[in-house]
Amino acid sequence: MSAPGFTNLNSSISYGQNPATPHRNGPAQTYQPMHPPTGCYGAPPQQQSYPTIPAHPAPVPSKAPITNSAHSANYYRSNHHQQQQQQHLSQHHVAPSPYSASPSSAPPSQTYATLPSSAPPPSNAHYSQQPLQQQHHPPYAPPGSYYGPQSYHAPPAQQSQQQPSLVPAPAVGPGAPVYPIVSYPSAPGSSQFGTLSSSQSAAAHGVMPTQMGAPLHQYGTTRPASTAAVQPGYGVAPPSHLAPTVNGQGGTGHQHYDQSQPASLSYDSYGDADHPPSGTPSASVHSSPGHHQGMQYGYAANSGASSASAATSGPAAAPSSSSSEDDDDDDDEEDEEAGGDTSSSSTGSASPVPNSYDNLEGGSYPDSMPPSNHMTNQAAPYGNYGYPGMPPAYHQGPAAVTDSSPSHDPYGQSSYQQYSQPFPNMSQLSAALGGLSGVPELEVAALRPVNLLQERDLLPHRPLEAPEPNLSPDLKKVNCCPQSFRCTLTSIPQTQALLTKARLPLGLLLHPFRDLQLPVITSNTIVRCRSCRTYINPFVTFLDQRRWKCNLCYRVNDVPDEFMYNPVTRSYGEPHKRPEVQNATVEFIASSDYMLRPPQPAAYLFVLDVSHNAVEAGYLKYFCESLMDNLDKLPGDTRTRVGFLTFDNTIHFYNLQEGLSQPQMLVVSDIDDIFIPSHDSLMVNLKESKELVKDLLTSLPGMFSESKETHSALGPALQAAFKLMTPTGGRVTVFQTQLPTIGAGSLQSREDPNQRSSTKGVQHLGPATDFYKKLALDCSGQQIGVDLFLLSSQYTDLASLSCISKYSAGSIFYYPSFHCTQNPTQLEKFQKDLERYLTRKIGFEAVMRIRCTKGLSIHTFHGNFFVRSTDLLSLANVNPDSAFAVQMSIDDSLADSSLACFQAALLYTSSKGKRRIRVHTLCLPVVNQLSDVYAGADVQAITCLLADMAIDRSITSSLSDARDALTNAVVDLMSAYKNNVCNLQQSGLVVAASMRLFPVYILSLLKQKALRTGTSTRLDERVFAMCEFKTQPLQQLMRMVHPDLYRLDDMSDQGALHLNDTVVPQPHLLHLSADRVTRDGAFLLDCGNVFYLWIGKSCDHLFIQDVLGFPDYASIPATMTHIPELETLLSERVRAFLDWLQDKRAFSSTLTVMKDNSSAKASFFQYLVEDRSEGPFSYNEFLQHIQQQMS
Amino acid sequence: LLLLLYTNAYGLYHMIIAFDELKTDYKNPIDQCNTLNPTVEKVKKIKRVKIAIKLVLPEYLIHFFFCVMFFCAAEWLTLSLNLPLLAYHVWRYMSRPVMSGPGLYDPTTIMNADILAFCQKEGWCKLAFYLLSFFYYLYGMIYVLVSS
Repeated sequence: MSAPGFTNLNSSISYGQNPATPHRNGPAQTYQPMHPPTGCYGAPPQQQSYPTIPAHPAPVPSKAPITNSAHSANYYRSNHHQQQQQQHLSQHHVAPSPYSASPSSAPPSQTYATLPSSAPPPSNAHYSQQPLQQQHHPPYAPPGSYYGPQSYHAPPAQQSQQQPSLVPAPAVGPGAPVYPIVSYPSAPGSSQFGTLSSSQSAAAHGVMPTQMGAPLHQYGTTRPASTAAVQPGYGVAPPSHLAPTVNGQGGTGHQHYDQSQPASLSYDSYGDADHPPSGTPSASVHSSPGHHQGMQYGYAANSGASSASAATSGPAAAPSSSSSEDDDDDDDEEDEEAGGDTSSSSTGSASPVPNSYDNLEGGSYPDSMPPSNHMTNQAAPYGNYGYPGMPPAYHQGPAAVTDSSPSHDPYGQSSYQQYSQPFPNMSQLSAALGGLSGVPELEVAALRPVNLLQERDLLPHRPLEAPEPNLSPDLKKVNCCPQSFRCTLTSIPQTQALLTKARLPLGLLLHPFRDLQLPVITSNTIVRCRSCRTYINPFVTFLDQRRWKCNLCYRVNDVPDEFMYNPVTRSYGEPHKRPEVQNATVEFIASSDYMLRPPQPAAYLFVLDVSHNAVEAGYLKYFCESLMDNLDKLPGDTRTRVGFLTFDNTIHFYNLQEGLSQPQMLVVSDIDDIFIPSHDSLMVNLKESKELVKDLLTSLPGMFSESKETHSALGPALQAAFKLMTPTGGRVTVFQTQLPTIGAGSLQSREDPNQRSSTKGVQHLGPATDFYKKLALDCSGQQIGVDLFLLSSQYTDLASLSCISKYSAGSIFYYPSFHCTQNPTQLEKFQKDLERYLTRKIGFEAVMRIRCTKGLSIHTFHGNFFVRSTDLLSLANVNPDSAFAVQMSIDDSLADSSLACFQAALLYTSSKGKRRIRVHTLCLPVVNQLSDVYAGADVQAITCLLADMAIDRSITSSLSDARDALTNAVVDLMSAYKNNVCNLQQSGLVVAASMRLFPVYILSLLKQKALRTGTSTRLDERVFAMCEFKTQPLQQLMRMVHPDLYRLDDMSDQGALHLNDTVVPQPHLLHLSADRVTRDGAFLLDCGNVFYLWIGKSCDHLFIQDVLGFPDYASIPATMTHIPELETLLSERVRAFLDWLQDKRAFSSTLTVMKDNSSAKASFFQYLVEDRSEGPFSYNEFLQHIQQQMS
Repeated sequence: LLLLLYTNAYGLYHMIIAFDELKTDYKNPIDQCNTLNPTVEKVKKIKRVKIAIKLVLPEYLIHFFFCVMFFCAAEWLTLSLNLPLLAYHVWRYMSRPVMSGPGLYDPTTIMNADILAFCQKEGWCKLAFYLLSFFYYLYGMIYVLVSS
């Protein structure tokens, strides 16, 4: 626990307050010295401003924020002490240490600006700009603030006097409809909102429709206490100042427009002051108040330009600042949450939540915050505001609202044109879908009963695609890509009872950070539902031009002004044509509301095992080579930081401070009490110290070649890595070659080789110690992800070691019996994986929240992460190759809607230091017939989810239990289908066509390394297979579970793909059975991460000659791992096909050519799961077994 | 001795109430998930898990102490009523997740809906048991006081 992290946290807290401040810095703004130039992240300024918080929630009748924020303020101080102490300590440590060759006794960590006393401004662009802007955010005091006085100091009357003085002529009239209280309308039972909102809306404009009263009913009374802080802010008249002010001014809209104008005014002054450094062409700099009066929001000059940073905030400001009390409350809430977080992190070392990113992602109400300072903060680093301001001519009066009242919505004409109609409402949508339920062909095909005992050729010719949900074509078109987001049941059963009856698991399979080209949206306000915080998505309903209805909680929200303008078509008034509403997968650039601290730089620490065992295996040379080659391709920007740490029985740090002639090694031998010998020179800026890093990488392999040290102090090394990375967070890459033997976290060998093939059950699948788990949770809290490369020949207790990656959202790589000369295939794989690993995208300090339609809830998560709350995953790092699975349950009946939606929002910091949100939304129909549920079943997704569940079961219970559960899953499904759907009393095993491959897949699961019994399987390999199951994306996992078998020697161009200039043949899939593998053929087995090319004994000479380049079968060498590039047609086809398969996966697969009689035969035949060669059952026997179980 | 028992029972009663309030608080966020933003609850909840870890052991110890007292007082009936719970406690603690410190709940799995529901149910059952036994002890004490 080191102090810098907390200062960051505090600075983030100050972010939370800042939204409250900026609105008043008009021309008369006083630059208070509270934020000195360097003070952006320094402790004292925040500390100073902190005490204002307790006064903050004055209008809010809730005690929680007060106590909490006070608490965190206190905590804050003590932290500050800690920080100083820590510095003391660390320097103290360094001084007596014999290794302190470190020349820099300079105050640690000045780059990331944690030191309160570090006067020089940080060197890089982003940070130097932010402090600048920070100056412009005055604290609460200035009298001109529209908001400070109102909320905290002065009575409301004073404010209403001040406002006219600030803005001479408030904009009245047409602006009124934006008034947000409108969106809390007509809740029939709501005592609090009913009166106020109805009167408000009536006063404001006449568009207040009543058709959506029903779904809103939960707002009145059922809101529990937790949101009490928010609730009053929404305009409960008596406690807030809103109503009095409004009345005093005599018009509902006044106050808000008054406020918004000072706000936009201040933006302009921001623009003036701040934007020159950012280089944004701020075309419109309005600094005179009168300007605003003339144009509605002061963004006229910008309308066509995309510069917009200063002025676009105008439209955003208008709707969002229109309810200032919201902001207060949100701030309070944030403070409270932040306070809660900090205090919780102080309670225990295993505390998982030092940074409350969940607040940012889900808890705060950013779109209701005045965006001014976020805007400027954001503008400087990002600088690319894509959306120009709105056309000035926009007139948002009631007249402009296109008619959308349901009475004359032309909906009946065509149920498919939902999106071509401007604003269909929910009932019509459901009607449309109701009409669709008879979409016949697909369903009938999927439901066709298949008698498994009779039909043998079940596999399709091409790899199975995800089934399409039974939606209208328009929805289908925009729905999320099944590779990113997939549900086991593409038709969601209406009730839990129906789901139980169907005997299928309901769950989601997510691959959220997949490599994708996405529409990136840069917008001041990210439009989200005000109650459930859902991001706007293609499946929301626009009730009219000004309001949209959330598809998850059915709340009616306002459409902000800015959202009315479509930057793609440059047209106005078509919110449903915006990219957010046209794409189910979008990426937003987030404002500073979504940050608790400034985006961290990309930081990579490599922890390398250099014990004798490691030197023996010889990975170090290849690692250094690979890193050297990819040093420039490491994702990152100018701030990228790298560090190295090696360990055997001691820990070695490397001082790579710029200016040194060569890297210095600092050895810490006290592994029981690890300390960091030098704070700022171990993690260095890659750009500045590149020469030194290269120097180190060149010399590193030779440095330890004589090492005779056999012990491995992995635990202390990880602790050191944790301490080193705490200030920034980032990625720790650990290379380990043996069992950790000394220091904390040392492990004993638990594997009994004689038990490897036992059928009784496998012991030691769980961790032996919780050291790694605890450390991982600490890492996760400090946004450190740990990736583990395990290269060992002996037992290394992966079950324990894997915890370090499992709970810190890392990834695990395992190379059994790795040796650089004796095992070239592993070496090749290691090199390829490493290259991909080093260059792949990475997201830092990420959280992912999964929201789903009301009535559904999340049951369990699968993958590598830490579960922060029931719907929030904390991911220290997120990489494009890891996937997640989620089990869902149905709490309430979904009868009142015809669509169920799921939204996964991943908030992360890109390697370029931008905060981004990637949102995936999946929409599925809700059905009430069992047959429809079966028709929509996605057999691959179900298999993957069941695999995850089985692995959980085998760890918590036992392996045989898990195997039984898998078999029972098939039995249950068969009986359920037979009893409930298939009425004709057929004999044999009958199953819906959509599920016809289910028994095959389950059988292959049972024969996987992770779950098999009776075959000799090393414990580490088994555990690794389990980890893979949990994290691999569906496509990859399915290839591993049920490999694709193709026959290559008789490929034809029929049905081939034509990509660019190459023809990619598409051979048919074959069943995984030895009777398909003939002696006269050549077969390709695609197992996900390895290809096997099987050459039959009497294979066609032509094929061997043309593809392999050998005259006959006998001359093919025993080990062959490449296909030569020959000029023949067949060779071209084969290579094109291999490349095509390769292109679709992240990690490149190795190829092994196998001869019929080679010793590797067994490893080929173990994949033929339908045979009896592995495990107790062949496919036929398995079916018979199931039939027995059923009766 | 019975007076001592009584005070102990009272203390236990209060502690159990606190413990179970905390347990039952799990309920709220789950119920609330659907309707509103639950983050505040969630953050608090994680804290509660930690408190729970600190509370479990005292609960077990006090209960064990009670059993010893009943044993000393030769209250065989009461003891036999309490023994099953004692056995359950021992079993529960034996089969806890791998942990270096004392504690029962694993922060990485507590969010699993099944485990959460189980902990909640367990809490309610124990609350009921403690309540009943509290009144039984009270009755026993008054009976002794009156008859002596």
